[in-house]
Amino acid sequence: MSDVVREAAPELLRVRQLRKSYRSGDALLEVLRGVDFDLAAGEFVSVVGQSGSGKSTLLHLMGLLDAADSGEVVLEGQRIDGLSAARRDRLRNTCIGMVFQSYHLLPELDALENVLAPLMVRHGVFEWLRVRAAARAKACDLLERFGLGDRLRHKPRQLSGGEMQRVAIARALVTQPRVLLADEPTGNLDEATGAGILEMLCELNREDGLSIVLVTHDSAVARRADRIVRLAAGRVDDACPAAARMAG
Amino acid sequence: MYKLLLCWRYLRTRWIALASIVSVTLGVATMIVVNSVMAGFSHEMQTRIHGILSDLVFESHSLSGFQDPQWHMEEIRRAAGDDIAGMTPTVAVPAMLNFQVRGQWVTRQIMFIGIDEATHAQVSDFGRYLQHPGNRQQLSFGLREGGYDTIDSQAKATVPTRPALEGAGWPHRRMRVERERAWREKLEADRRTTTAGDSPAAVTAGSPTRSVDQQVEAVLAATAEPSPSAAEPAPGSGSADPFRQARPEAGTRMDPATEQFTGIVPGIGLASFRDTAGIDRFLVLPGDDVKVTFPTAGTPPKAVSDTFTVVDFYESKMSEYDSNFVFVPIAALQRMRGMIEPQTGIASVNSIQIRLREGADLDRVRDKLRRVFPADMYAVATWRDKQGPLLAAVDMEMSVLNILLFLIIAVAGFGILAIFFMIVVEKTRDIGILKSLGAGASGIGGIFLGYGLFLGLVGAGAGLALGLSIAWNINAIRAGVEWLTGEQVFDPSIYYFHRIPSIVDPFTVTWIIVGAVGIAVASSVLPALRAARLHPVEALRHE
Repeated sequence: MSDVVREAAPELLRVRQLRKSYRSGDALLEVLRGVDFDLAAGEFVSVVGQSGSGKSTLLHLMGLLDAADSGEVVLEGQRIDGLSAARRDRLRNTCIGMVFQSYHLLPELDALENVLAPLMVRHGVFEWLRVRAAARAKACDLLERFGLGDRLRHKPRQLSGGEMQRVAIARALVTQPRVLLADEPTGNLDEATGAGILEMLCELNREDGLSIVLVTHDSAVARRADRIVRLAAGRVDDACPAAARMAG
Repeated sequence: MYKLLLCWRYLRTRWIALASIVSVTLGVATMIVVNSVMAGFSHEMQTRIHGILSDLVFESHSLSGFQDPQWHMEEIRRAAGDDIAGMTPTVAVPAMLNFQVRGQWVTRQIMFIGIDEATHAQVSDFGRYLQHPGNRQQLSFGLREGGYDTIDSQAKATVPTRPALEGAGWPHRRMRVERERAWREKLEADRRTTTAGDSPAAVTAGSPTRSVDQQVEAVLAATAEPSPSAAEPAPGSGSADPFRQARPEAGTRMDPATEQFTGIVPGIGLASFRDTAGIDRFLVLPGDDVKVTFPTAGTPPKAVSDTFTVVDFYESKMSEYDSNFVFVPIAALQRMRGMIEPQTGIASVNSIQIRLREGADLDRVRDKLRRVFPADMYAVATWRDKQGPLLAAVDMEMSVLNILLFLIIAVAGFGILAIFFMIVVEKTRDIGILKSLGAGASGIGGIFLGYGLFLGLVGAGAGLALGLSIAWNINAIRAGVEWLTGEQVFDPSIYYFHRIPSIVDPFTVTWIIVGAVGIAVASSVLPALRAARLHPVEALRHE
């Protein structure tokens, strides 16, 4: 992808003056103090920062898992913060895919069922019976593409860390989301496996034009992205905005 | 869809939750068994009461009764025509029964009921409760030549529990009379020899090698003399008995070995008791004579007594009736009480027992009759009215038991509540995951409600199976327990049922199942709410 294409790419996600604080006892902990963040369609952005810099919180706010104190989150030109709970659930299910550090697979379900879970959430029982075949085909395709074709019926505890994370990514992508939000996806994995996962994400970004926001504290991981956004003390640190672009 | 799948998976992987519904299972099973047995008892009791009482009882308030039952029956038929299947007049008075046991006179308070032997069996199950097969076919107040049941015809027992009835009837009567005569004869002979009296009869009586014929002749000769005799007819009341075997003409002596007094059928509880081995012991047998003292119809009533011959026993298995009722031919009782008007020959009766056709509305017919007959002279009541307090007591017992047992299931509900809370805590992260996948609060709550419903269904289903299998095989189980422990679990001598009755009412069972499942769902509401309200981020961070 050339720079020209990227300049022309429409804006996908825009975050403006996002503030979030937590109350712990009497102390008010300000995690985000007015963050601005943009993501273009097809862009792969890393968010880096030290522990407690608010990068995970930013991801949760963009993923609508939490509500900000003030500021706005705009997805494809539409404000998505402050929506009703039901509409946020719907958006989370259809437009956003999330991957977590500790995989967060459902232990009672096998790999295939875990991948199908968001589609099952989307459809009611009778609807599901109608779409099941298509959904299964899609999930199997994804798992096979990620090299898990022979692991469909394995429970998470029977899978290795890398396999679990690949299942988790497949689960995030089966809904064909607008954006993939990944929270330290390589954090629990050894270097080689982590590199494999990262390679997979890059490939998805390159070949499928998947927009990715990757949160990590590992600058080596972050450098694989098109652009790096550095968070420090609840704000975007503009000291080295272009560093990543050059690395990418 | 995910809700169903997860419910199903949780059900298969969380055995601890299944443990929590064991109490639901036990509660449901207990309720089904208790309700079935209680319903069985209640049904048995009702059929027995109903069998004794006929559908409707039309009675006068006074002991003297009302005149001309025939006219009344026609009026009743006119009032409630189509619904009447049968009617019979009866006379019932309180009385005293006296009989001799080992030389002691025993007195029992009884209800002395005159019945029409031709029609009484049409209005109630009276006939079914008699001990002689012939009498069950068609009641006769004549003493039978043996053949009484030694095995309770209403019990399915195979071992005779009433060996004493073996020789009852005429053989017993002849044997008793003979023994009494022989004894009396011996006394007479002894007296004569000591007083140097020298009659030919006394000489032969003294000989130990007499033939049977000689004995009988001697006995006849002996009774010809005035001597105290237990079998002697009471003088006075009544001379023209319509019954063939009844009292001979006044002034002539009857032969107790071949003749009987007016027959009566006492309740079996008046004349017998059950010993510890389950054998019925009889104080009086068919063929024995007893005395009954009862009031006459005049005002004020006078007590009169007469001698009667027991010809059968009545056993309804309701001890209240079996130890209270004594049946006698209505015509004899009317005559002895002076209920027949001398000039016209029209008799009075106390009450008319009415049986309605199948499916007739008892209360409607009762109200119809109440409109026709003035309430200050006649009382019309259904058998339910008559036994209202007893039936109400049984109903009340059942409701109290049901409340108590339902509390057991409610306790199980709290167990489910506690275990569900634990499962919600354990599954906090999964709940966070589902929320991150877009599951709504209602969906998450639905998982746990559905889980509660599943558990309730499984628990209640298992309880249903267990309860039904116990209820249907309760007597086999009882036998097994008795065999194992050597103790008698169900003592038929107390209950008078030979087996534990059990009726499974589908409506009650449905109600129990719905209640149990409802409790399981209700107790999963709080955990489900908690799960639904979990904050996704905090849930995801939960370790």
